[in-house]
Amino acid sequence: MPAATPKFLVRALNLHYGEHHALKNVEMDIAPKSVTAFIGPSGCGKSTFLRCLNRMNDFILGCRVEGEIKLDGMDIYAASTDVIALRRKVGMVFQRPNPFPSSIWENVAYGPRLHGIRNKTVLQEIVESSLKGAALWEEVQDKLHTPALALSGGQQQRLCIARAIAVEPEVLLMDEPTSALDPLGTARIEELVRELKERYTVVIVTHNMQQAARISDMTCFFLMGETIEMGPTQEIFTSPQDRRTEDYITGRFG
Amino acid sequence: MKDSDTLRGDRIPKRVITVLASTGMAIMLFILYFLLREGLPVLRHASLGELLLGSYWYPTYDPPEFGMFPLVVGSLAVTALASLLAVPVSLGLAAFISEVCPRSLREIFKPILEVLGFFPSVVLGFIGMVVIAPWLQERFSILTGLNLMNASILMGIMIVPVVASLAEDAMAAVPKDLRDAAYALGSTRWETISRVVIPSALPGILQACLLGVMRAVGETMVVLMASGGAALVPRSVLDPVRPLTSTIAAEMGETPVGSDHYFSLFFAGILLLVITLGINVAAMWVERRGMRWRG
Repeated sequence: MPAATPKFLVRALNLHYGEHHALKNVEMDIAPKSVTAFIGPSGCGKSTFLRCLNRMNDFILGCRVEGEIKLDGMDIYAASTDVIALRRKVGMVFQRPNPFPSSIWENVAYGPRLHGIRNKTVLQEIVESSLKGAALWEEVQDKLHTPALALSGGQQQRLCIARAIAVEPEVLLMDEPTSALDPLGTARIEELVRELKERYTVVIVTHNMQQAARISDMTCFFLMGETIEMGPTQEIFTSPQDRRTEDYITGRFG
Repeated sequence: MKDSDTLRGDRIPKRVITVLASTGMAIMLFILYFLLREGLPVLRHASLGELLLGSYWYPTYDPPEFGMFPLVVGSLAVTALASLLAVPVSLGLAAFISEVCPRSLREIFKPILEVLGFFPSVVLGFIGMVVIAPWLQERFSILTGLNLMNASILMGIMIVPVVASLAEDAMAAVPKDLRDAAYALGSTRWETISRVVIPSALPGILQACLLGVMRAVGETMVVLMASGGAALVPRSVLDPVRPLTSTIAAEMGETPVGSDHYFSLFFAGILLLVITLGINVAAMWVERRGMRWRG
């Protein structure tokens, strides 16, 4: 894909958990306003790599990152990087829906409030537009002040997406966002991802190859901490260059 | 194994449990009955109003006066002041151990806290008499350092380990998912603790505080030794007080069984029970309100 400047530019990235070499020399360009999918068997490093992009690995003891990741040309692992600002710019949705045990409204307003917005009217507008952006508004507009945990799993996950986009990030990282959902909930999230790329750069980790094929523009195949092959999704799934990619997508292992 | 065997195998443990449980229940009911039987007769000689609102506790005078208002206020004052001092410290400590300090230190702090929870209260009372009392006396130039403040400080020290340890359990039990969500939205560590971890752990934290408060209400030795023992409604935190518990402990040994004084001390016991029950009900109400976000 002949995109302009890449949103993320990753060069010679190595990550160790103590002795374990979890990511080996990863190089990657991620185009803005597109959906990039990471596929690969469990433990191949795709989630670990995703978490490098907003430095969520910082909390893990014994985790060491070398190499560079540039977001809009800025090295996010530089000493001068403001991690809080980075995470505001790079939102994240997790494997299992994890709404806070408070109301729907409070969940969406959490981020904006954190970043200093106090005005109720402004917050209300953000809550509404974020819920609309996450295709949840229709279902919850009458019960904004009821517990978020009373929603279904799929609704909770869309609420988490609303919560993430409420801080107006530029990138949305999704770590197997549909693995805990039923097929209907999954379909709605996939539909949503296709809409989200109009405004955000979406990077999604998925266990489900069909999902990657359905929603992504670019696909990257990870194996044992290495990126084996990356290219337009169409090509990866129809004419993979590497034998291992072909074996994986045809279901010979994984 | 035949069917009837399985049934019998099921029935025997069930019976054992039933017997054990009902024995426990029976003992509790017996204690309650005993308390009421020994406490209520005082109402023959003094009205409920006099007992609860009378300001003079002169049980050995002739005619005796059984005004327990100063005692009740004393109990509530020590409990309130101790909680006021101890709860913020405990929660700070809990947040520090659960969220801030490295795991290796947590492994050291947590057992220390748990052991401190069993610190003998008589030793604390002793410290209050020989360390805190003289200091208070000198610092504020008051007549006696044995007062509401002293007893509350000691009581606070006593309940900090209990409250901190239980509150830490509640905070540590907050799922990592929620912390991840908070951090991923750009929360600092402090914002994660104050806006996500503590609110999520609130039911458990309330339970912890409740246990601390209950312990403070019922604690006897510390207040007996350090509160000064004057049956007066305190006007400042530096006035001596005489809570219900220390009154019972100090006077029960010297009173003839079956006298009005004896009955009145059991009545004080009933009041203690009512106070703890009231705190429990209030806590349940608060907790139910707090739980409404849990779906």
